Amino acid sequence: MTSSELSELLAVGLRETAWMVGVSTVLTAVGGLLLGVLLVLTAPGGMLAAPVVSSVLGFVVNVARSLPFIILLVAVIPFTRAVVGTTIGTDAAIVPLTIGAIPFFARIVEAALREVPPDVVAAATAMGATRTQIVGKVLLREARPGLVAGLTITVIALVGYSAMAGVVGGGGLGDLAIRYGYQRFETEVMVATVVVLIVFVQIVQMAGDVLVRRLSHK
Amino acid sequence: MIEIKGLRKTYRAEGRRGREVVAVDGVDLAVAEGDVFGVLGRSGAGKSTLLRCVNMLERPDAGTVAVGGVELTALNRRRLRLARHGIGMIHQHFALLSSRTVAGNVAFALEVTGVARDERRERVAELLDLVGLSGRADAYPAQLSGGQKQRVGIARALAARPKVLLSDEATSALDPETTESILRLLLDLNRRLGLTILLITHEMTVVKRICGSAAVMRDGRFVESGPVTDLLRRPGSELARDLFPLDAPDTFPGRTVVDVTVTGEDAEVPLLTELGRSLEIDVPVLAGSVETLAAGRAGRWRLALPGDGAAAIHHLRSRGAYVAPAVEPPGAAEPWTPSGIAADQPGVPSEELP
Repeated sequence: MTSSELSELLAVGLRETAWMVGVSTVLTAVGGLLLGVLLVLTAPGGMLAAPVVSSVLGFVVNVARSLPFIILLVAVIPFTRAVVGTTIGTDAAIVPLTIGAIPFFARIVEAALREVPPDVVAAATAMGATRTQIVGKVLLREARPGLVAGLTITVIALVGYSAMAGVVGGGGLGDLAIRYGYQRFETEVMVATVVVLIVFVQIVQMAGDVLVRRLSHK
Repeated sequence: MIEIKGLRKTYRAEGRRGREVVAVDGVDLAVAEGDVFGVLGRSGAGKSTLLRCVNMLERPDAGTVAVGGVELTALNRRRLRLARHGIGMIHQHFALLSSRTVAGNVAFALEVTGVARDERRERVAELLDLVGLSGRADAYPAQLSGGQKQRVGIARALAARPKVLLSDEATSALDPETTESILRLLLDLNRRLGLTILLITHEMTVVKRICGSAAVMRDGRFVESGPVTDLLRRPGSELARDLFPLDAPDTFPGRTVVDVTVTGEDAEVPLLTELGRSLEIDVPVLAGSVETLAAGRAGRWRLALPGDGAAAIHHLRSRGAYVAPAVEPPGAAEPWTPSGIAADQPGVPSEELP
């Protein structure tokens, strides 16, 4: 393989990975925040304490977290077809990626929100803040450094999951490494892919760290 | 301004089956407008729960709470939220938003009460000026000292122009000097704005420096309660004992030992020299002091009066003093014996002492 062929492969793989990870990160951020906030609010002693809702949500999250991603990928195929209209390709891979990452991020959100001192929430309540204000201006805002750090972890986990997207023809760098590097013994493709992935993950982590440092005033 | 009747609050320890713990056990409390009322008690006495029941951070199990004539226990969620705008609160650990600047923290309180954006800026400056923090508007809480953080807390609590301020151990995390400056600020706000303050504390200094009225709380109940100067003259008052500890034996060979309390203008009279002069006796003072309290001047002494002391007691009472037989405070040390070491036990070998 010539180096121009290799860089062409890498460019396509990188673009596919970036697209899959990018879109599913955005969807996961929204879904995970919602689910995480719900987990905190409905928990015993929470602002909307609802034991049944809380245990059902917790159970669903745990089930989704227990499934190996490769199984989840196949299990949600009917749902993927309903949403995207197809079960193969990069867009089709985004559905299982998002479904797999939402419960993961939701637990991180839950933990980050619990780090906000109860004192601060009590102070806002005593001032006469509404529940919406408490969630938006106190919980989510105070937890921002933890949420960003958690999202960074999630993005990197998504990069890992996306390697399995090749199963549904999703492409991406992971798929490239498996097909060329592993199955065809093309070591230089394997090495190049891994290097690109390392750089990708490094950049994500560094960007996350910088943002956390900027948001944190502790 | 604050009226509490028959307040009860119990917790169940460790989930649904746990033992019931009574935090507040039938407390009645009335705080007059413009008064500074201090609830004094050790940790676990239930004072924190009591305070959190005043703005319904905790729902009482029984009893009523009214602030400014509005019965909070009867309000629905929305009306309660609006009522809370009229009740400021400050906290032991300040409870500031770490993600917002000093100005942002004060602005938060204004956002919550629905003050328009352009009005906020002006009001924030005004509030920061009130608490003496004008220069630090753009600092984050993590960059402030404890005293400055509490000043932000106070500015925030006053944002909605409340009539009442609740203080939850506001100076307990501060060093004595900072405590002093925060107490001065609170007293100043009480006088300038007519702010009614209900505070809980375990520090005697707080009661001494700013409280007009006080209650001593133990095991969820008020042991005594009322204007500080009245409490000092009450037989067996724990507040008197703690404010004016009389560390002296309650006997004196050939004499009658009494505790004498004077408050208000009576404390200005040179009572003891006058007593000695008019009865031509000498009056050993075994212990005691005169102090300036927020509630007024007050003095308390343990005196050894000659003989049965009848003439001297009569004289003191005629001058407005409260006189009671001296009783050594329970748990007080025997004279000359270090506390905690029983007389028949060998003391700590002196070589081991620093």
